[in-house]
Amino acid sequence: MENNYDLIIIGGGPAGLTAGLYGSRAKLRTLLIEKMLAGGQIATTDHVENYPGFMTGSGQKLTEIMENQAKKFGTGFIMAEVTDVHLAGNEKIISTSQGQYKAPAVILAMGTSSRKLNVPGEEQFLGRGVSFCATCDGAFFEDLPVMVVGGGDAAVEEAIYLTRFAEKVFLVHRRDALRATKVVQERAFAHEKIKFVWDSVVDEIQGENLLERVVVKNVKNGRVKEIAVNGVFVYIGFLPNTGFLSGQVQLSENGYIIANERMETSLPGVFAAGDCRQKLLRQVVTAAGDGATAAFAAEKYLEELR
Amino acid sequence: MSTKLFEVNKENYQEEVVGSKLPVLVDFWGPRCAPCLALMPEVEKLALEYAGKVKFCKLNATENRRLCIDLKVMALPTFLFYKSGEVVDKLTADEVTKESVCDRLKSFV
Ligand SMILES: Cc1cc2nc3c(=O)[nH]c(=O)nc-3n(C[C@H](O)[C@H](O)[C@H](O)COP(=O)(O)OP(=O)(O)OC[C@H]3O[C@@H](n4cnc5c(N)ncnc54)[C@H](O)[C@@H]3O)c2cc1C
Repeated sequence: MENNYDLIIIGGGPAGLTAGLYGSRAKLRTLLIEKMLAGGQIATTDHVENYPGFMTGSGQKLTEIMENQAKKFGTGFIMAEVTDVHLAGNEKIISTSQGQYKAPAVILAMGTSSRKLNVPGEEQFLGRGVSFCATCDGAFFEDLPVMVVGGGDAAVEEAIYLTRFAEKVFLVHRRDALRATKVVQERAFAHEKIKFVWDSVVDEIQGENLLERVVVKNVKNGRVKEIAVNGVFVYIGFLPNTGFLSGQVQLSENGYIIANERMETSLPGVFAAGDCRQKLLRQVVTAAGDGATAAFAAEKYLEELR
Repeated sequence: MSTKLFEVNKENYQEEVVGSKLPVLVDFWGPRCAPCLALMPEVEKLALEYAGKVKFCKLNATENRRLCIDLKVMALPTFLFYKSGEVVDKLTADEVTKESVCDRLKSFV
């Protein structure tokens, strides 16, 4: 009995935490399963200023409040990785490293993971210069030159963060203009430590014991050059964490979960919320909105089931 | 129930880690590393479970940067596993979860 719930939420980012808050306030027995860090991706960034009601602060601070809010109303939390699910039928079975859990309704809120460069040297220097988390690893690069790859919000914001430590930050982007929000772009352009390398992609990461240089290719003229850096921070986009669903719910071509306005997926009783869903804008505020809607729709679904 | 991990630093690393008779696990963390902080209570539970078999240490990487670089640790969280003064296993960055630490510990002792 103790592993039976009304609602199980997979993933503890802003989407899952908000779903937990709404689910438990609706008096559903709610369990949230998170493999590592409650708070999700945003908890690894130092500076959030576009979540309304939260002027500015670290993502960790923001999601700590979300987590406490969900706990206050009774959401149960476990740290475990979901490895397999059985979502068809009235009883959904969620298998994790810590055992099986069951519920008639499930919210999928697994978010995304960083896309890798897939170039020679990336694996070899992972943890020795190649990083996907500037707040985790930035301080190692005090007074050293580093590189950030990408041109979106995450890349540019983390490049600005890294200027606190690094001697110089090369921002390598495959186009000749950034995609990041305008205020963020302006800050980056104004920063003397950030040097832009336009129209370029990373070809190879090299070094002996530690990372020493990156081979970069200009995509317009094919010219190749070496840039001496000791760290490479990769922010070239994301991939949805939907692998373990193995096609049980309908996914987009790129693996994102397809859900309607009520966050319903192609299976009854299975809802999706946040960045793992096919949608236009992937942000904390939209993840939270999705989480609220998904929990509300799950509540209505459970009422009808009874 | 949990216990605090044994704090090591550049001064005592040689003696407490490299010179330890027991196998050692070192948890490299930093105050801004959110995944590190999330995992710490779980590692403390494991320390209790493995008491007397594995010595559990933690090292604040931001205060011991040179030592980390010498150990080729430039990402957090990182776990190093030592036997008789030698690094025999390593988990770093994305590889680190509660599960992977548990699994490596099992094969370690
Ligand atoms: C560097 C960076 C900066 C950003 N800055 C901003 C910003 O300033 N403002 C903003 O609004 N947005 C920002 N974003 C985007 C924001 O982080 C995301 O939109 C938001 O975190 C999405 O929330 P989510 O809950 O959908 O997914 P996530 O936050 O990705 O959370 C998903 C959670 O599910 C867990 N999970 C995945 N698979 C499993 C499994 N099998 N079992 C158990 N748990 C699992 C993961 O561990 C993770 O904790 C930024 C993103 C990055 C990377």
